[in-house]
Amino acid sequence: MVHEALQLIVFGLISGAILALSGIGLSLTYGILKFANFAHGDMMTLGAFMALMVLSGLRAMGWHGAPLGPLSFGWPMLVSTVAAMVLTAVVAVVLDRILYRPLRTMGSAILLISSVGVAFGLRAVIQFIWSPQPQYYIRKIQISREMLGVRVKPDQIFILVLSAALVLALHLFLTRTRMGKAMRATADNMELARVTGIDTERVILWTWVIGAMLAAAAGVMIGIENKFITPLIGWEILIYIFAAVILGGIGSPYGAMAGGVIIGVSGELSTMVIPTEYKPVVAFVIMILMLLVKPTGLFGER
Amino acid sequence: MSLLETQSVHSGYGETEILHGVSLHVEPGEVVVIIGPNGAGKSTVMKTVFGLLRPTSGHVILDGEDISGLRPDKLVGRGMSYVPQTDNVFASLTIQENLEMGAFIRRDDYSAALQAVFERFPVLYERRRVRAGTLSGGERQMLAMGKALMLEPKLLLLDEPSAGLAPRLVEEIFVKVGQIAETGVGVLIIEQNAKQALKIAQRGYVMAMGEIRLEDAGATLLAHPDLASLYLGA
Repeated sequence: MVHEALQLIVFGLISGAILALSGIGLSLTYGILKFANFAHGDMMTLGAFMALMVLSGLRAMGWHGAPLGPLSFGWPMLVSTVAAMVLTAVVAVVLDRILYRPLRTMGSAILLISSVGVAFGLRAVIQFIWSPQPQYYIRKIQISREMLGVRVKPDQIFILVLSAALVLALHLFLTRTRMGKAMRATADNMELARVTGIDTERVILWTWVIGAMLAAAAGVMIGIENKFITPLIGWEILIYIFAAVILGGIGSPYGAMAGGVIIGVSGELSTMVIPTEYKPVVAFVIMILMLLVKPTGLFGER
Repeated sequence: MSLLETQSVHSGYGETEILHGVSLHVEPGEVVVIIGPNGAGKSTVMKTVFGLLRPTSGHVILDGEDISGLRPDKLVGRGMSYVPQTDNVFASLTIQENLEMGAFIRRDDYSAALQAVFERFPVLYERRRVRAGTLSGGERQMLAMGKALMLEPKLLLLDEPSAGLAPRLVEEIFVKVGQIAETGVGVLIIEQNAKQALKIAQRGYVMAMGEIRLEDAGATLLAHPDLASLYLGA
């Protein structure tokens, strides 16, 4: 019983880490630009496929790279992940310049609907290039290992470690750097940020860059965890990301982290008492309960 | 040459003209207060000076340079700081972070300015790691002023600094304003709470209907018999 719970908590932490990473970007864009970005899931998908593209390119150039220790992949996968984060950030910035920025004064409803359009557009392009069929980073099955009584794959440990590192990096950025503090100030009160002399357009640019990089990393992690990617991976997980972000308090990156972990772990733990097919329901029940008790979410201020 | 000068400024919102030719000036080290009833156009003067509104005609001159219609983020770099009436601190940031944001555009070492703000407002130093949202009204107003002073501005614009404060705190805030001006900063205040403001102001303007009706020394305005009944609501 305890053993089973422990096992489920570990699984929950892995999906929670992916939810947390992707939720941070969603929450940041909401905090600064005040709209729910429905294209965020497809930015994750884009990141996952960008990594596949770079990985294929590296292999075509003859760099296969031996697996790193117990992991199922080697340096080329890591290089591809970083490249995917950068490329996805570039796409996000371009989308902002040509689409979101001109619409920014028109209100959040227009931005939200535009992001739905971007979501469909991105998915169509990805599907056109890579087909709807599953694509694989590595076609190698990894055996779980027993660690402290819990079965876990080395790749899953990698996901947890990388997520923790990225979350820590973001925390340091938000609390220690001039731009990070300006980002929190702008999310807090954009009007005051402007009259204070903060370059809010640059803050918005950074928001897109960071959100897209974390989304891309999360997309690649889905690929590593599931072993394959399809053009739908991001869209399918988006609704859970929203649940996690709202639970944590939309606009707060720390709330997104907490919400992601809570939704991930509770979803897995629920399978001990209710059938697995109800797992998605658990996320939303928790979210609704939270909204009833504290409508601003765990870390929400307004 | 005045620090700030508005030359027959007309301004307003869209088609609606609020200011019908306002001319005023502020000298370095001087506290100038604009008083007048609600809807007189006081806030519009402030917004036009700070570039939140564009004058339809007339000029705003800062230190001899025409700044009419320049955006706030450009004016901040030219030595003008603005403290809005409400929501004037970043509630979720600590006091220290708020002050750092006040110096956002500065690329030089601003530790001396930070030191000066902490010396002027010791309570801010004591609570520097506390979130600004937890401050009392008076402390918050001090933080808002401290944040504006991080730029070591030549001109400080204060929008109703006494709004919502207890009388004892209002006096304290205005004493601080007087001390700031003594360092050579020009201060332009708009105020409903005219009596307190006039006590520390060298000069005052009385506005009504988008025009300046009266200009005189602070003490003279305070003693003006008609003014009391007309604008001070006494």
